Amino acid sequence: MLRFIVRRLLQLIPTLFGLSILLFVWLHRLPGGPEAAILGDRGTAQQRAEIRTTLGLDEPIWVQYGRFMKRLASLDLGTSIQSGRPVTEEFFTRFPATVELALTAMVIATVVGIPLGYLAARRRGGLLDFGAVTSSLVGICVPVFFLAYLFKVIFAVNLGLLPSSGRQTPGIDATHPTGFYVLDGLLTGEFDASWDAFAHLILPGLALSSIPLAIIVRMTRASVLEVLGEDYVRTAEAKGLQENTVRVRHVLRNAMLPVVTAIGLLTGGLLSGAVLTESVFAFGGIGSFIRTAIDFRDYPVLMGFIMLIATTYVLINLLVDISYSVLDPRVRVR
Amino acid sequence: MTTKTDKIDRLAELTAARAEPEHGLGLWREAFRRLKRNPMAVSGAVIVLLFLVIAILAPWLAPYDPEARTWDHEVFQNQNIFVGPRAENWLGLDNAGRDELSRIIVGARQSLLVGVVATGLGFAVGALLGGLAGAAVGLGGRVGQRVDAVIMRVVDMLLAMPSLLLAVSVAAILGPSLLTVMVAVGVTQVPIFARLLRGSMLAQSHSDYVLAANALGVKRRRIVLGHIVPNSLGPVLVQGTLSLATAIIEAAALSYLGLGNPDTSYPEWGSMLADAQRFLSGAPQLAIYPAIVIIITALGFTLLGEAMRESLDPKLRK
Repeated sequence: MLRFIVRRLLQLIPTLFGLSILLFVWLHRLPGGPEAAILGDRGTAQQRAEIRTTLGLDEPIWVQYGRFMKRLASLDLGTSIQSGRPVTEEFFTRFPATVELALTAMVIATVVGIPLGYLAARRRGGLLDFGAVTSSLVGICVPVFFLAYLFKVIFAVNLGLLPSSGRQTPGIDATHPTGFYVLDGLLTGEFDASWDAFAHLILPGLALSSIPLAIIVRMTRASVLEVLGEDYVRTAEAKGLQENTVRVRHVLRNAMLPVVTAIGLLTGGLLSGAVLTESVFAFGGIGSFIRTAIDFRDYPVLMGFIMLIATTYVLINLLVDISYSVLDPRVRVR
Repeated sequence: MTTKTDKIDRLAELTAARAEPEHGLGLWREAFRRLKRNPMAVSGAVIVLLFLVIAILAPWLAPYDPEARTWDHEVFQNQNIFVGPRAENWLGLDNAGRDELSRIIVGARQSLLVGVVATGLGFAVGALLGGLAGAAVGLGGRVGQRVDAVIMRVVDMLLAMPSLLLAVSVAAILGPSLLTVMVAVGVTQVPIFARLLRGSMLAQSHSDYVLAANALGVKRRRIVLGHIVPNSLGPVLVQGTLSLATAIIEAAALSYLGLGNPDTSYPEWGSMLADAQRFLSGAPQLAIYPAIVIIITALGFTLLGEAMRESLDPKLRK
């Protein structure tokens, strides 16, 4: 098992290395540059050239890449051109927001999705099944930004039930040792701050959960249906096992395999920045920051953020593979 | 007592339902026959056809010129005065005094065009990459495996890149335009198609008939092209149909982020929806109409795709 994990981690290196080259060339090929964003339309050609020289952008691209890799070796991703702060610092002040949002959405999707999919499969053809299948089909088709906006207008603006933007009500004086606002409140004992941060998560989390929820319901349903038709379920029932035992140990456990994969991949996708939801709720995660970084041609931020996101994504995939072997002893990892 | 008899009945049912009297129809004809009887497929096809007809006939169907600001003296967006549905404008007017129904009808053209071209692009490039990788494995040998490994690593990198980011950076290169939206949405679909076709080809290459053809001495190249490829296309076609739905929604998202077609002389559902959000409190209908047609169109493609998946997959048959 340990060998498998180590081998997979080693395989990660060439993939990320390739990605870094691809990305570096790709980003530096984008027309325009940070000097245009810094100076606007007014700058003279000389001023532009000066900025490019200070940033080292006038050198050949492989020299720039070499510098990037050299810094990377000491875990330094450079400084943001926009803010002048280190890229890692920018990343780790924003990443907790994205993680909180993604986890909220996935918890909603999983907690509602798996039981719903399971019940729909058990009562196949019933009213619940029909409702679950129909709403999940529609759920995939609703544009997330529209749903987010709708939630915001109905529940935050019109009804005033929940906060409409940001991560915390401005003016709340809270300390943030970890950057995860909900967790911070619990750690420091500032429960009202924690609750406030949680309230800010509900609407964006709900909006963001719509597509994962729809996918999880349908996958669970399809998977449970397939397992219910398997010979070993029939055998288990025929030998008179308790119904609950069959349900949990035979049906649910085997049906969970594809669902776990889906949950892993979906989480990875959400962590890469829910740009749309974040921008509707002005949530300040990594998604919206990358968006502005592209307009600014903030190369260090783009390189650093995307490499970190890609690493997270690949690591989550690894976790999914490991959870496979826990759920299914047949999957012997070689 | 009853549960016990129920259980026995179910067991009997499970054991009996194995034999299926299917006559020797081909996979595709068989699938099509099942499709016709599936209400999901029929309703999906009806929706898709309806919107296709609307898109094609749009200039003749639309009651007014979608660009004419004929009624702009009646609408004052700053004072929150909007005109809702009435006899001459069935869906009311938009924020610039244009007929909303005409805009929705003509907008079908651009939205469907973006969906179809983007998916076609993703399909073509993705299937080429995936097909090459799958064929390389099928042809065997060390070189084949190398080729497969290289292609799939590139695809993996594309997959690890956040898709919207990919789209935004494409837009940054090409500048906001209709083509940008198509390319941007298409690029994000490339890795999906590539992985799917390769996986499907690998699965086929382990099947009995490939083994049999191999044993009969059929040339490897013929096995790949004549047997493996045609039999692997099913899932890819299903994904293609489902991708049409995603493409339409993603195109709307790009418009929302301001990367859509800046030429507003042709209405498009995504940008209509994005624009209308500014007036959501005063005229929610302006956002709801385009949202509804986007959802219905996407739903049509999804229904069709799901029904195709069911009819092609023998395991999901009832």
